[in-house]
Amino acid sequence: MIRVVLPGHLRALARVGPEIQLHVEGPVTQRSVLDALEAQYPMLRGTIRDHVTQERRPFLRFFACAEDYSLEPPDTPLPDAVASGAEPLLIIGAIAGG
Amino acid sequence: MSKVRVLVGTRKGAFVLTTDGKRQKWEVSGPHFAGWEMYHLKGSPADPNRIYASQTSGWFGQIIQRSDDGGKTWTQPGTPPDEKDPKPGPPKGESNKFVYDTSAETGKPLTTHMWYDGTQHPWEFKRVWHLEPSFTDPDTVYAGVEDAGIFRSTDGGKNWKELAGLRGHGTGPRWQPGAGGMCLHTIILDKSDPKRIYIAISAAGAFRTDDGGKTWKPINKGLYSQYIPEPTAEVGHCVHHVAMHPSRPNVLFMQKHWDVMRSDNAGDSWKEVSGNLPTDFGFVIDVHAHEPETIYVVPIKSDGEHFPIDGKLRVYRSKSGGNEWEALTKGLPQKDCYVNILRDAMAVDSLDKCGVYFGTTGGQVYGSADAGDSWTPIVEHLPAVLSVEVQTLP
Repeated sequence: MIRVVLPGHLRALARVGPEIQLHVEGPVTQRSVLDALEAQYPMLRGTIRDHVTQERRPFLRFFACAEDYSLEPPDTPLPDAVASGAEPLLIIGAIAGG
Repeated sequence: MSKVRVLVGTRKGAFVLTTDGKRQKWEVSGPHFAGWEMYHLKGSPADPNRIYASQTSGWFGQIIQRSDDGGKTWTQPGTPPDEKDPKPGPPKGESNKFVYDTSAETGKPLTTHMWYDGTQHPWEFKRVWHLEPSFTDPDTVYAGVEDAGIFRSTDGGKNWKELAGLRGHGTGPRWQPGAGGMCLHTIILDKSDPKRIYIAISAAGAFRTDDGGKTWKPINKGLYSQYIPEPTAEVGHCVHHVAMHPSRPNVLFMQKHWDVMRSDNAGDSWKEVSGNLPTDFGFVIDVHAHEPETIYVVPIKSDGEHFPIDGKLRVYRSKSGGNEWEALTKGLPQKDCYVNILRDAMAVDSLDKCGVYFGTTGGQVYGSADAGDSWTPIVEHLPAVLSVEVQTLP
């Protein structure tokens, strides 16, 4: 199972706890994880990726194993530790706005 | 006995204030959607338990919420919280998906408007400013959005489709954002003519359709705005809010950036009715529930100083449809008050006497149970209030 940590506002929206688990078919990438996330929690569609362009919203970033994967192409495999469930994919809201 | 429900949108959540017909003791529920900007909440006239809400965030985008029990519980239309498992079949309704229609069949390939510096800029969806439910169908609701456009849902908010004739009617490339963004903030439906809709945009002006949203025309003749290159231009006026009494759909009242205006011919022409107001800058304007010539504004010092003159919070009432105004101060702070009252933050109930309510950027919601003669704070320490709507319940 893939582990994902959401920012607080999205946890409230999806009515989930600090960490959720997803089953992902095939290669574990940003795209496949987010596809699985939005399929399981459809209320999150449009909140992480733009509805039309599917691009990451500007004030969100993706971290795993202490590395920033936000700028990686969406089909790049995530680290083995994420694919194995040893480490979570962190979806982080920017600290901005004062 | 009648009840009143006041729906309050704030910078950090929504609040529902309820009282009985006496309007003396209030119950406060909330915050709903804590931490999110709640731009607007409005109940359906056809089903008062149906409430639509615009939940938005610079981080996470736009969410539409709906309550079917008067604000006690909420769901995103089409995505109930207990329906988490993916199921085969077509996609669920996508209630937070607002995509501009640029198809040749139904709209126009209009993709830019004027930016602050006069160059053209892509049309980019940011948020829903205003939700206006239908008079007759609880599942039909209109949304006014930034960048300016109008959308309609006919399935209870599950799916949204733009009425693209507004952006595409011809003047769109000349629309320019105001300081708060290029927002469509006012939608007025005409109970006597379902095909007529008025809308207003900052800073483009007011527009009207007479065919249910297919075609639109600017209705800004008579507006004079010194701050734009052509003060009497067809579009480009920073209209802050427009109000109408349901019994007189051809009479409109407008709070423009500067100037309070009135039209007696459905917006075809306007005349100024600022009269003896201490300043004619402001944001809100509303009409008494039973007296179509009684209107309310809250004068704000200037476009650079968004607070009441001399620190005195005063609602001004005209019983003559403008020009002659009286200050209403009883119960309102008359010193050291430097809050603003934003454009969608005033509403009236339909009890007798008419109740008037407004919210401030300081987090107060004031109510008057005697048509403005006296005021009482209902709540005093909310986050900055973005919108106030009222439901009068049997």
